[in-house]
Amino acid sequence: MKDLLNGWGATLVVFLPLVGAAVMLAIPKSEETLHKLVALATSLAVFVVGIGLMATFDYDKSAKMQFLVDKGWIDIINSRYLVAIDGISLPLIALTIFVVPLVVVYSWNHFPEPHNPKAFLVLMLVLETGMVGTFVAQDLLLFFVFFELVLLPMYFMIGVWGGEQRRYASLKFFLYTAFGSALMIVSILAVYFLSPTVGGQHTFSMIALSHWGGAGLAKGTAVLVFGGFFMGFGIKVPMFPFHTWLPDAHTQAPTQGSVILAAVLLKLGTYGFVRIAIPILPVGARSWAPVIGILAVICIIYGALGCLAQTDMKRLIAFSSVAHMGYVMLGIATLQPWGINAAIFGMVAHGLITGMLFFIAGSVKDRFHTLEIKRLGGLLLQAPRMGWLLAFTCMASLGLPGLAGFWGEFPAILAAYNPAAGLNVALFRTFMVIAALGTVLAAGYLLWLLQRVAFGTPSEEFENVDIPDMHLTDYIAWVPMIIGILVLGFYPNLIFHVTDGAVHHSLRAIAGH
Amino acid sequence: MLATVLAVAGGFTRPAVDWHALAPEIVLTVTIVICLLVDVTTAEHSRWTASSVAGIGMLAALVPVLTLAADNHSRSMFGGAYVVDDFALVLKGLFLVAGYLTILLSTNTIAEGDYAEGEYYLLILSAVFGMTVMASSRDLISIFIALEMLSIPAYLLAGWRKRTLTGNEAGMKYYLMGVFASAVMLYGMSLIFGGTGSTLLTEIGSKVNHSFMQEPVAVVGIIFVLVGFGFKVSAVPFHNWAPDTYEGAPTPVTAFLSVASKTAGFVAILQLVFIGFLDRADVIRPFMFVLAVLTMTVGNVIALRQTNIVRLFAYSSVAQAGFILAPLAVFGSGLGPGGVPGNNGRVLSAIVGYTLVYTLINLGVFAVIISVSRRLGTGDIKAWGGLWTYAPALATCMALFVFGLGGIPPAMGWFAKFQLFSAVVGGHTWLGYTMGVVMAVNSVISLAYYLSIVRTMFMDDVPDGDVTPIRVPLPLAAVVAIATIGAVVVGVLPEIVGHLANSAVFAMGAGH
Repeated sequence: MKDLLNGWGATLVVFLPLVGAAVMLAIPKSEETLHKLVALATSLAVFVVGIGLMATFDYDKSAKMQFLVDKGWIDIINSRYLVAIDGISLPLIALTIFVVPLVVVYSWNHFPEPHNPKAFLVLMLVLETGMVGTFVAQDLLLFFVFFELVLLPMYFMIGVWGGEQRRYASLKFFLYTAFGSALMIVSILAVYFLSPTVGGQHTFSMIALSHWGGAGLAKGTAVLVFGGFFMGFGIKVPMFPFHTWLPDAHTQAPTQGSVILAAVLLKLGTYGFVRIAIPILPVGARSWAPVIGILAVICIIYGALGCLAQTDMKRLIAFSSVAHMGYVMLGIATLQPWGINAAIFGMVAHGLITGMLFFIAGSVKDRFHTLEIKRLGGLLLQAPRMGWLLAFTCMASLGLPGLAGFWGEFPAILAAYNPAAGLNVALFRTFMVIAALGTVLAAGYLLWLLQRVAFGTPSEEFENVDIPDMHLTDYIAWVPMIIGILVLGFYPNLIFHVTDGAVHHSLRAIAGH
Repeated sequence: MLATVLAVAGGFTRPAVDWHALAPEIVLTVTIVICLLVDVTTAEHSRWTASSVAGIGMLAALVPVLTLAADNHSRSMFGGAYVVDDFALVLKGLFLVAGYLTILLSTNTIAEGDYAEGEYYLLILSAVFGMTVMASSRDLISIFIALEMLSIPAYLLAGWRKRTLTGNEAGMKYYLMGVFASAVMLYGMSLIFGGTGSTLLTEIGSKVNHSFMQEPVAVVGIIFVLVGFGFKVSAVPFHNWAPDTYEGAPTPVTAFLSVASKTAGFVAILQLVFIGFLDRADVIRPFMFVLAVLTMTVGNVIALRQTNIVRLFAYSSVAQAGFILAPLAVFGSGLGPGGVPGNNGRVLSAIVGYTLVYTLINLGVFAVIISVSRRLGTGDIKAWGGLWTYAPALATCMALFVFGLGGIPPAMGWFAKFQLFSAVVGGHTWLGYTMGVVMAVNSVISLAYYLSIVRTMFMDDVPDGDVTPIRVPLPLAAVVAIATIGAVVVGVLPEIVGHLANSAVFAMGAGH
């Protein structure tokens, strides 16, 4: 079993969804239940394989690339099918394969217009391949292919199944991200050509390139090349001022799309920083760190203020994503282990919490046919279970200690007190203060949201409308998320233990100075 | 009679002819003759046989290409004016396959329209013949002859819809522009010949220390020749003919022009600059930089505003030409220690690889356009609304193709585009890095209009509410299927094209 996983585990977890999608393509469109079952079975199979990987992962050596497969792919440029999992990618893979089956379950009776479960679920499975592939790829070109592969299904999900403004939102989403990727490919090539040759050939291997760590590069070059990566990943995160695609995409996407977008897609960007940009170009990273830090606190404050100005529940949650990703980026900008550990934790926590918020928003929309905050109210009276879950998730989101959100934000803020050697301490301490103020704003907008949506009495419009509380599929989809938020809140070491070794390993070039 | 003529030309010795090397062209010639006879001898209602004959001829001509490839050594004839090497073979293969697919595209359109069927296939065959000659031409004169051989049938094909005004415009514009370009090019060639005393590219290239190549007049000659081919590949500012010609010509001809005829232009440019003009790379680099940047940017920006699907792809093909020219902005640079041309091979194979991929995808695109237009009867993009609801397979294939053209993995275009980036960045010059960023920005602009097609097909409502499925004739379906399978397979395993493109190099000039 262990041998099988060693050789095939990473590949299986990436490509099983595609197999499922291929099977579904062969089934006629009218067999809707069968499609749902195949999609669920596939995503569960992926989950089982993932559990197998987690069970056999050697947690004492989380810095080591495990389940490594290294096969020839495009020999002429020495790009290889190189996949492996270490402590940085493991939590994110776990998050992905955990969320997708829940989304499939949630979809069961909630297919947005124009229905068509076949196409919708096929896209979802392709999306899963792209997401997991991005997290396991250890070859820059392979990474790039998966990173881009994610765009297509999401584009169609927003564009076909989205809301009123779906065409605009999907185009904006696609073009923004494509722009970042196009610049990133230039940087990938620059890294490739600048790296030392082994046996006369350059390499795309992230492992080898991290090992090289940009040694011997002129500072100016490193800064420019990092800039390309910054555009690619920063737009995906998204960082201010490239965040404007996010509120539109989130608001227009169907619930399932929003959940996946928030839970996993945004993490591709932050993961890219942690996995690629910083280890390969530590010198560039150090020069960029203050800029990233400033943009991160702008995200935190701007996102929070943006939230306060929103009238639409989904749009508000989208802006809160901007703010939360700001904490993650602040953690990354400190370039020290504590901050990056916190960032990875923040990614997982944000994935669960914001995913959950979008689930609830979707269900609210399903029942009230609107998300306009001022038309809502009294959710606790009409659908108490949903109301309480909203309250719980808001608490988690604002960083209440004991829930998952806390462990993403607090250590990141703390890390800014003491950034990596060579960074301007005074500047980062200023960031720390501003970020801490941001948590107050976060409490403000989330509680205000809760107050307006859940408390009070239902508005006249919905007074006499019968609002059903949670459905069976809601229970199945949401309870695991809630449990996840609780467990990570009580026992954060579950993730910190996994990531710490790998993070230290990836930062050794910076710590060495 | 003949004997007396030969006696007069006393010093004439018959050059050695390598029949095997000429076999593809000979097969094509025979096919042309058969096609002509079929047209003369068959009755009007069975003229369709010409289509089959032409198709079989194209495939038959592929056989000697394959045997030559298996033979694996390059053959040179006529004092080096006609060379059959790997480069030539890969491109001959490309032209023949493109010609075959064009015939598949044409069969129904030409049979259903009131067109002269026999002549049509004759002209396609002649043009393909010119292209296969072009792939082997390493001499100014044979290049010129090949160019005319492929251009003149193309002028006629462009004006094939002779009863419509747009058809006439298409043919006329293409013809006048083409002739003008030929004249400019010939003038350039005469300057170069006058200075170097040779028409052979290798000899022009080997005059390293020849003072002429350093003179301004040589630069004028080089630029004139390149401008002439700039018309052929529709590079901005020499692109004005393309949109009108593409729109006015029958759609299969448009496909042929935008793919095969254009590639022939690139082939000529590659042979000229890499063998003949490598010494003056310092002049050609900035020229190509400006040309490529203008071409891709203008093509893309104008494409954004198009409402007619064929015109949109006309401008898209202009923009693609810019991408294909881009690596020439760094060619000859990045010479490593010892003068090893570190980047030249990369530039060459990136361009060849891109044309291979571009040809296949674009033919797929036009197959879909023809299939859909048969039903819609209009080229307006709006009419494509909701295609996905009644023709899901066509819509999905079209999406795959345009994503391929846009360079989004996993469709096949991404690796070819990546190789272009790789060649441009690999030159390690500021011109190259700047070009990389310009290409990145342009990729995104191009995605905007490619996506608008996808959006129309997948997200809009059917304008007239007619959702009866589209019936796709077998030949068109075959092209769509071939292009789709190619797109997916090459997208996932880009090695296939990569290897082909990497082997498609010739001995480069200038003996450094």
